Amino acid sequence: MTSAIARRRARLALRYAAATIVTATFVFPIYWLFMTSFKTPEEIFASPPQWYPGSIQFQNFNVLFLDGDAIAVWNSLVTAGISTVIAMFLGTLAAYSLARFKTGGDNLAVWILSQRMMPPIAIVFPVFLLYVWLGWVDSFIGLILLYTAFNLPYVIWMMRGYIGDVPLELEESAQVDGCTRWQVLLKVVFPLVRSGLFATAVFTFVFAWNEFIFALVLTRTEIVTYPVQVTRYFGGQSNFWAKIAAMSVLGTLPIFIAVAMMQRYLVRGISMGAVKG
Amino acid sequence: MTQTTTSSTERLVAGRGIGGFGERHFKYTVLAPAIFILLLIGLFPLVYSLIVSFQRVTMMSADTSFAGFANYAKLFADARLWESLLHTAIFAAIALPLELVLGLAMAQLFLERMPGRQVFVALLVLPTVISPIVAGANWRLMFDHRFGPINQVIGWFMGEPTPILWIINPLTVYPAILICEVWQWTPFMFLILLAALSNVDKSLTEAAEIDGASQWRIFTRIVLPAIWPVMAIAILIRGLDLVRLFDIVWSLTRGGPGTMTETISYYTYVQGFSQFEISYTAAMAFLVVALLTVIVTLALKRMGIAR
Repeated sequence: MTSAIARRRARLALRYAAATIVTATFVFPIYWLFMTSFKTPEEIFASPPQWYPGSIQFQNFNVLFLDGDAIAVWNSLVTAGISTVIAMFLGTLAAYSLARFKTGGDNLAVWILSQRMMPPIAIVFPVFLLYVWLGWVDSFIGLILLYTAFNLPYVIWMMRGYIGDVPLELEESAQVDGCTRWQVLLKVVFPLVRSGLFATAVFTFVFAWNEFIFALVLTRTEIVTYPVQVTRYFGGQSNFWAKIAAMSVLGTLPIFIAVAMMQRYLVRGISMGAVKG
Repeated sequence: MTQTTTSSTERLVAGRGIGGFGERHFKYTVLAPAIFILLLIGLFPLVYSLIVSFQRVTMMSADTSFAGFANYAKLFADARLWESLLHTAIFAAIALPLELVLGLAMAQLFLERMPGRQVFVALLVLPTVISPIVAGANWRLMFDHRFGPINQVIGWFMGEPTPILWIINPLTVYPAILICEVWQWTPFMFLILLAALSNVDKSLTEAAEIDGASQWRIFTRIVLPAIWPVMAIAILIRGLDLVRLFDIVWSLTRGGPGTMTETISYYTYVQGFSQFEISYTAAMAFLVVALLTVIVTLALKRMGIAR
């Protein structure tokens, strides 16, 4: 009896040890990134490397704000934020049409999903030429529209699954009560799929926030997003590691905060996405 | 079943018969904006690319005369292109199984409840939500042979300083990229598989255990078939991402040393924006699209996802 308990305790201890080692291994690079951002240049270029800075100082961040480079984080926030809102709204409307009326049948649904598989590299050149013609290169509207388009298939696919789960009776009774279709959609359906909306929005936002190829090609000076800004500190001979680290942390913190707040929905979103396909 | 719900909704709409145009065309009205954007950004560039790929356009000359299949013929003679395809295949062939096995092992580790599990899972999510550019840049710093901790730690185990030039030496540059890639995306596999494993019916595995089945047999005969649909989708998602691999290579190695780690996406970019060969790039982009279409179609059939 007691030996069974002892055995179970030992097993649990073993699992904790394994869990700690695994988690520490995965978190270590993030620790290193944050620590680097607080180091002085001498500490960054110390050999052997220092595992923590002598003191926490924000000089590397100050430089970014003084140079005005920090605006890249704001640009990312505007692009990712607005494109997420638009994609969520239009995508959910479309998903409602697909889920409730089977508009276009399976063919349309599969075509929409196939858009998700499109490699960015295959469309970035024609889009670039189109944007040159429209005068949209290096403008918010161009990048926002592009991110919206790239997130729409995902939003439609996910929301189609969530909306399919809403009981039809609720919508019918709302209609009987005199609601128009728009009112049913906005006042009955949207609130019911709220957690699905959040789960999907987190991913949409993360994608747009981290996107690189489009931003690299379609931004110049005005709306440079933060991943592009990070790569600008790579030099031919040496890299500005202090700036790279500080910029990376500035760009990573908002996403960590968003993920921490949305933890519940995030895990759900990942697994639902796979289960629903 | 779905058929009856559809008709009942439509009867309801038709039966009310009020609201005029907006109500009657509701299902198209709500769909139209999304489709319009998808056509503008998704379909238009593709059609445009297809046309240009048969022309002779470069950034220097807008020669729109048709060249037939000249650009596509050129693809076959382009050794650098086939090498970049090979590199891409190598990355995918090694990273995907690694992420799958590691993710599965981690999911198994965290499957049973234990106090503080939420915290572990929350921390493990972090690599996946970081920008791949930042991940690549950070690993480049960590792999640095003078200021990086990787060589330092290896040195502790070896008992002497080990000056490995990770991203310069052709022998170590692939492991370097793969480590970064696997570090970033194993947690993604882990999260999906953890959710899938939690959904496996406990009573089935317990019954098998009582009948004296071995753990391995239970895993291959009960657990694996149960999680396969989810696992197949996860493999497909990651496989497609790996074929498009670009960001990590950009910030970690810039395709170097030489062109040793160029992926197909990377080489296409170089052709388009350094060499300005617009028509040729369009042909290459089409090769990528065709390749992905074939892979996806085959995968869907083999995995039994397609109905």
